[in-house]
Amino acid sequence: MADVFQLEIVTPEKQVVSDTAEEVQIPGKKGYLGILPGHAPLITELAVGEIIYRKDGQPHYLAVAWGFAEVLPTKVTILAEAAERPEEIDVRRAQEARERAEERLKSQDPTTDYERALYALKRADVRLDVAGKKHP
Amino acid sequence: MANILDIRRRIRSVRNTRQITKAMKMVSAARLRRAQERALAARPYARMLTNVLQSLVTRAEIYDPETGEPRHPLLARREENNVLMLVVTGDRGLAGAFNTNILKTTLNFLASKLGKNVDIETIGRKGRDFLRRRFPYMTEGPSGGGRAGPVEIVGEKVGMFGKLSHEDAREIAERVIERYTKGEIDALYIAFNEFKSVIAQRLVVEQILPIREIGRAEILQAQVMTEEERKRAGEAARTAGVATEEADTHAIDQRAAQFATAQVDYIYEQPAGELFNSLLPKYVGIQIFRALLESVAAEHAARMTAMDSATNNASDMIDSLTLAMNRVRQAKITKEIIEVVSGAAAQ
Repeated sequence: MADVFQLEIVTPEKQVVSDTAEEVQIPGKKGYLGILPGHAPLITELAVGEIIYRKDGQPHYLAVAWGFAEVLPTKVTILAEAAERPEEIDVRRAQEARERAEERLKSQDPTTDYERALYALKRADVRLDVAGKKHP
Repeated sequence: MANILDIRRRIRSVRNTRQITKAMKMVSAARLRRAQERALAARPYARMLTNVLQSLVTRAEIYDPETGEPRHPLLARREENNVLMLVVTGDRGLAGAFNTNILKTTLNFLASKLGKNVDIETIGRKGRDFLRRRFPYMTEGPSGGGRAGPVEIVGEKVGMFGKLSHEDAREIAERVIERYTKGEIDALYIAFNEFKSVIAQRLVVEQILPIREIGRAEILQAQVMTEEERKRAGEAARTAGVATEEADTHAIDQRAAQFATAQVDYIYEQPAGELFNSLLPKYVGIQIFRALLESVAAEHAARMTAMDSATNNASDMIDSLTLAMNRVRQAKITKEIIEVVSGAAAQ
């Protein structure tokens, strides 16, 4: 393989990824960013979403909650509050969280924190989505 | 004089106890090792976050140029009238003076906040049990005007240390930040047992909010281990095969220091100020997480030390009981010989 960069993903609990990759897609606050080796230095905040990185042609998926990324030509470092691989995701819990969030959004209760419920819904959706992409 | 059978029974009982305390010590040692690893695993994230914030401070205008007021609510200092205090104890006992010491520190601190309203949130069963007996518990959360007393317990967390995750800390942080931003509280303190290594521990009260300086802990009260405690802890760690020196974090720190601070012109997807604002709450979260992780390690260390002492005491007791038993047996034999001899002499 010719062009690769170093990819590091760090959460408060552990270093999730420390590997080389040919490409990574990250969920920036203003939309997804695709990053190839030699990218200009960039700093961005990450939204809830999935990180997809390609190594030796194989795609790998991770569900992230909030994060923060630094892109350098030869290295991409991502700080994330949580980053889970498909096999680490508890599908049942994600489904339950999704139902709870939907319930809250539907309810007419004025005390409901809509933003938080939306965030929970989005997070559960992403987790379910990523869980479905288990590596063959 | 006690008879031999009784003493023998007691020896057996003490021996059984010793076996249990020894097992508990080894279990605590294993858990301590795991807790230390987790604390170490949290370090890169914490350091990186701190570094980014420190470098953003210079880029982002965090103070309003006209009024000099900080722009972010978590930096805002107010007159301290309402205080929130997190008290981190263990869920279980048999850990020597671990829980008692934290609670003593807490009471001392409360005494220094006399005249102010203090809300307490307990983390750990032991702290809850102790403090609930002393202060009113408000189930309905913050009660605003109708306080039951200057000191109130507003929340409790129990049984969280078994599988402590960052999610727990984040949840606490979110709630606290909300209250601080709303102005319900003017300061946040956390009382916990700081843990660098088995022989480097401190009982501290740390101020988390308002944030005064990023990357520097605001310690208000600290109580270091006594020489005696340090010696006992070191001894326990040595016999249990736990390292006593601090983990070498130099490499981690060095790598973390490079994060997002390269001498290049970054493209900022968001303005630096905006980034700073969304990173700051995470900083509060990671500080709480660190406190919890260290407290867990300290609790296991305290239990290991306590169980080591108990094992030693049991050994001493067995020795002295064995000595007593031999004496009694010797006395009995002597008495019998005297009886035989004097019986023979009488004939």
